[in-house]
Amino acid sequence: MTNRGDVHLASTQTRPSRRHLRGVASIVAVVALVSLPFVLSDYRVFQATLVIVSSIALLGLNLLTGYGGQISLGHGALFGIGAYVAAILIQKWGLPYGLAIAGAAGVCFVTGFLFGLPALRLEGMYLALATFALAAALPQLLKYKAIERFTGGVQGITLTKPQAPFGLVVSADRWLYFMCLAIAIVLFAGVRNLMRGHTGRAIIAIRDSPVAASSTGVNIAMYKTMTFAISAMYAGIAGALSALTVQFVSPDSFTLFLSLSLLVGIVVGGLASISGAVFGAIFVQFVPNVAEEISKAAPWAIYGLVLIAVVHMMPRGIAGLVSRLCFRLRALSFFDRITQP
Amino acid sequence: MRGLPSVWLAFAVFALTEPACKHGSTTEGNASPAAEDTDIHIGQTMPYSGPASAYGTIGRVEAAYFKKINEGGGIGGHKINFVTLDDAYSPPKAVEQVRRLVEQDHVVAVFQPLGTASNAAIQDYLNTKKIPQLFTATGASRWGDPAHHLWTMAFNPSYELEGTTYGRHIAANQPDAKIAVLYQNDDYGKDYLKGLKEGLGDKAKTIVAEATYEVSDPTIDSQIATLKGSKANTFVNITTPKFAAQAIRKAYDIGWKPVEYLNNVSASVATVLTPAGLDKSVGLITVAYFKDPTDAQWDNDPAMQEFKAFMKQYYPEGSATDGNNAYGYIAAQTMVQVLKQCGAQLTSENILKQAASLADFSPGLLLPGIKINTSSTDYYPIEQLQLVRFNGKTWEVFGQLYSAK
Repeated sequence: MTNRGDVHLASTQTRPSRRHLRGVASIVAVVALVSLPFVLSDYRVFQATLVIVSSIALLGLNLLTGYGGQISLGHGALFGIGAYVAAILIQKWGLPYGLAIAGAAGVCFVTGFLFGLPALRLEGMYLALATFALAAALPQLLKYKAIERFTGGVQGITLTKPQAPFGLVVSADRWLYFMCLAIAIVLFAGVRNLMRGHTGRAIIAIRDSPVAASSTGVNIAMYKTMTFAISAMYAGIAGALSALTVQFVSPDSFTLFLSLSLLVGIVVGGLASISGAVFGAIFVQFVPNVAEEISKAAPWAIYGLVLIAVVHMMPRGIAGLVSRLCFRLRALSFFDRITQP
Repeated sequence: MRGLPSVWLAFAVFALTEPACKHGSTTEGNASPAAEDTDIHIGQTMPYSGPASAYGTIGRVEAAYFKKINEGGGIGGHKINFVTLDDAYSPPKAVEQVRRLVEQDHVVAVFQPLGTASNAAIQDYLNTKKIPQLFTATGASRWGDPAHHLWTMAFNPSYELEGTTYGRHIAANQPDAKIAVLYQNDDYGKDYLKGLKEGLGDKAKTIVAEATYEVSDPTIDSQIATLKGSKANTFVNITTPKFAAQAIRKAYDIGWKPVEYLNNVSASVATVLTPAGLDKSVGLITVAYFKDPTDAQWDNDPAMQEFKAFMKQYYPEGSATDGNNAYGYIAAQTMVQVLKQCGAQLTSENILKQAASLADFSPGLLLPGIKINTSSTDYYPIEQLQLVRFNGKTWEVFGQLYSAK
């Protein structure tokens, strides 16, 4: 370890200073994120929480679609299942919030695993259709009579917001923001570590060439199912957190359009990119509102125009654009250095 | 840039854009800074996009009506600043938009949010914030419950009341009735059925057959055949437009000729009776509470003429023959009446108080005799219904007014 560091120091002077820069950037980001709720109104904090929540769902979908190459049009349904499980556990069974979120994660993990088994046989568009079926069916299944005493039928379930524990004097909105932020950081770090290790390489190898991957000994079935399950679990956690934030679940909350929005989010944010999930979430949350400000008559036409523009000008999503800009900056500073004697 | 640092960067971008967004959106609200702001801020969510966007015209006609009031000098010198936002018929979006209305636009009341699920989603929030949720645009029977939700008030006659009206009419006029009921298997259908049984009272046992359908069913032919088989001579048809048209046509085609009650949800001549066959619809009975703009009998009615002139001047892109516009017009007039009653005290508390003390208010488009009355224990403004019968062209008024007991 020390050896490697020494080598770095010896070989180039730029490395440590860049690491230093990153450290500073990270601290600034953390300070900004933690102080954010104290600068903003409760309403803005609520919106920020929604962005964090969608970024978790987008990260899960990006793991499956961006890294794994499997298209899912059903993540809105998994999001909905997570939300309902949490709502039922809290409101009907009186479980604490933490357990309810864990319960939603567990149920969605199992659902994703079971759904992933047959999905293994389906490639590309066929998998997209199978998951589409899940998203199309869910709103109606939730209205089904036999389970109405759990789901509340068309009227849905109203939840109460968790209050800050230990007598902390923080508004419910802010407390929820910190809770979601903490969970998001853990989940983001989880995907980052996963993708850095051999699991990540295996997932990407399967996407790029299943034949080559299996000939090097990668268990395709296992990896594909596990990717689906983990991805579903992320969607479920996001769903549970969204139920807490919005304080309401109903069948109309989880329509097909939600699944499509999630897909839009990862493509706009940047496929196979961890930061893309955050950019995508900002897009999904705010662009419809901005579009409505521009035109009340045809907000979705404006949305469509923005979408086409983004896809054309940023082929690798917002994250791709950002990393290209960073590369340019770095190249510039490099040139500065070599031209200054 | 790879890995976590770029995540931090993304979060940082978010952290920086957030206050920027905040700034951007308040500037347009800044046209009326709090200090010298004398406008009356009223908010609303409406499905301008999404599956229920056909109802969006209600929000537009209401905005047009408030514009008319403002041009005439406003209310006691105060202009109505009406902010109506799209919720796409999605409950989470409704929550987000209503929070914006309350916390950023500082509205004193939320007026006519549309849809059962959206209203349910925002109900607890508005009640906690003590902002009136006035005149909910939905027929479910849970919005006029001041004991549990003091700040939420209904507008439409409830589905339950309508069912009761049919029940009472049957009980009074058809001593030998044998009733068959077809209803949609959800809250809406069950509300009606509950009301029907209430109205029938001890004659509820004359219901000889009940059949249900799911929204996802392709047809209801077999249900109609079963109901006919019960030898019922009265048919209560509690269905949404597509199924209503099917039921009317099928019953006629298989030679079943009961006295047929059709719920008001599907009373549109253009979208239900025409596809079902106007000749097959003769004799249908439903209820109404406002004047149908397509009905020739109101052509010379001053209130109807005023409405049509208003549409031409303030909302020319909307259709003057759309019942939804007549509905929105009546609701907006009711809101203006509440604000007028408030006098100089335009606070949320007083708006709620005045909304709960409407006395014999009668917007001209309501059917003759129907008046809006509320009190601190009565949160259903419209509680009178008029039976109407289809004559092959339009709905004809007959019989007395029915009111809630």
